[in-house]
Amino acid sequence: MKALQNIGDALGVAVALVLSGDADLLEIVLLSLRVSLTATAIACLIGLPVGALVAIGRFRGRNAVLIVMNALMGLPPVVVGLLVYLHLSRSGPLGFLGLLYTPTAMIIAQTILITPIVAALSRQVLEDLHAEYAEQFRSLCLTRLQAVQALLWDARYSLLTVGLAGFGRAVAEVGAVIIVGGNIDHLTRVMTTAIALETSKGDLALALALGIILLVIALGVNAAVQSVRMTAARQAYV
Amino acid sequence: MLRTTIGATTLALILTGAAWAQDQSIIVQSTTSTANSGLYDYLLPIFQDKTGIQVNVVAVGTGQAIKNAENCDGDVLLVHAKASEEAFVEAGFGTERTDLMFNDFVIVGPDADPAGVGGMDDVQGALTQIAEKGALFASRGDDSGTHKKEVSLWSDSGVDPTAASGDWYRETGSGMGATLNAGIGMGAYVMTDRATWISFENKQDYAIQVQGDEDMFNQYGVIPVSPEKCPEVNVDDAQTFADWLLSGEGQDAIAAFKVADQQLFFPNAPEN
Repeated sequence: MKALQNIGDALGVAVALVLSGDADLLEIVLLSLRVSLTATAIACLIGLPVGALVAIGRFRGRNAVLIVMNALMGLPPVVVGLLVYLHLSRSGPLGFLGLLYTPTAMIIAQTILITPIVAALSRQVLEDLHAEYAEQFRSLCLTRLQAVQALLWDARYSLLTVGLAGFGRAVAEVGAVIIVGGNIDHLTRVMTTAIALETSKGDLALALALGIILLVIALGVNAAVQSVRMTAARQAYV
Repeated sequence: MLRTTIGATTLALILTGAAWAQDQSIIVQSTTSTANSGLYDYLLPIFQDKTGIQVNVVAVGTGQAIKNAENCDGDVLLVHAKASEEAFVEAGFGTERTDLMFNDFVIVGPDADPAGVGGMDDVQGALTQIAEKGALFASRGDDSGTHKKEVSLWSDSGVDPTAASGDWYRETGSGMGATLNAGIGMGAYVMTDRATWISFENKQDYAIQVQGDEDMFNQYGVIPVSPEKCPEVNVDDAQTFADWLLSGEGQDAIAAFKVADQQLFFPNAPEN
């Protein structure tokens, strides 16, 4: 039971940390958001069109593509981290870029991790919608590009949830960013790597407090997206 | 329009990211004990004030730190596994290895002390006793400096604990802190460096059971990475950092670092 005291302590620590306006904490939170939101944006730029093309496409090997896309949703972060590390290492093929142990490396790793999630989930959403629209599209003689644009636009609110799923995975993972970022203080330390560090120092209350703050941030991002969605929906009915 | 904005923002974010790594900075591939105990938080501001060189510490196990440095992903190596360090220099990856400081390893265990090793200062005897009683022992199992040391102590005591791997000998394959958390969770003995133990905050009913054997000596060394193997290495700033650590000023700073009024690291660089 004694171990559970940490949970109570953690709440207190979390509140105290936030109220004190701790500069280090703010830096870590902002870097977490910057890395994961950027990765989500890039993943959407790549993943949504790919998902849409596969959704409306009829081509040989489509089933195989679907299976691979869905399987890649389960990419282990540590493996992605290692692969990115091996490429960005100074002795690796892209070492000359000097990106290892920078936020950019973390963005690259998270983008690779969540692009399949965005692509696979949006494919399912768009394919279902396409089933409804297919006849209309045919009667209007839309080109493939026009069809993709129409689908992406009409499904935009469902796709926000897809983006949030990607963001959730990115902001919560530690395996990839700790390898390619190195958890360097004031440079590449984010919420999850800070939590891993405090756990390894045995400061479980502080680790848990950071976890609570991370959860609140995730709630905040989700609430912001939800309010955008509701405002837009309301205006659509005016 | 929106898409262009997103694209431009993304590009800007990526570029600023790349720019961060520039300027006067070095990467130190380090063992976790020095980082987790807070030693760098104490030393680096002093060094940075003096030289303006930004020191970025990547804290991983000694095995991984050496591997990363061999991939040229560090400018300085600061670890604690002398044989591996000498092999690293021998292979041309480091310019020179110098003794920096020392502390010692201890074996911690629960108050209940199921193997009855409390108060022993003979580590081989203690390990043999733990093995005979089949008391739980949590090992790093990660090729770190501490793990290498532990393996050599087992070997000296003539016990092959890996035969009982998964039984009473539990290899966590994790860092020191994670292994302590796991060991404490299952009531197992754990060998740790004293610095990590003193600054560790989840001790629960654990205390040091075995300490004081000469064989538990823990030497840290510092090695600048060689520009011959790694041309991109920041050789000047790396050397400045190593020289400062080994200087009277650096050595005094190491000695002055305390947690809970206890000195964690004892400087022993050779006198110039």
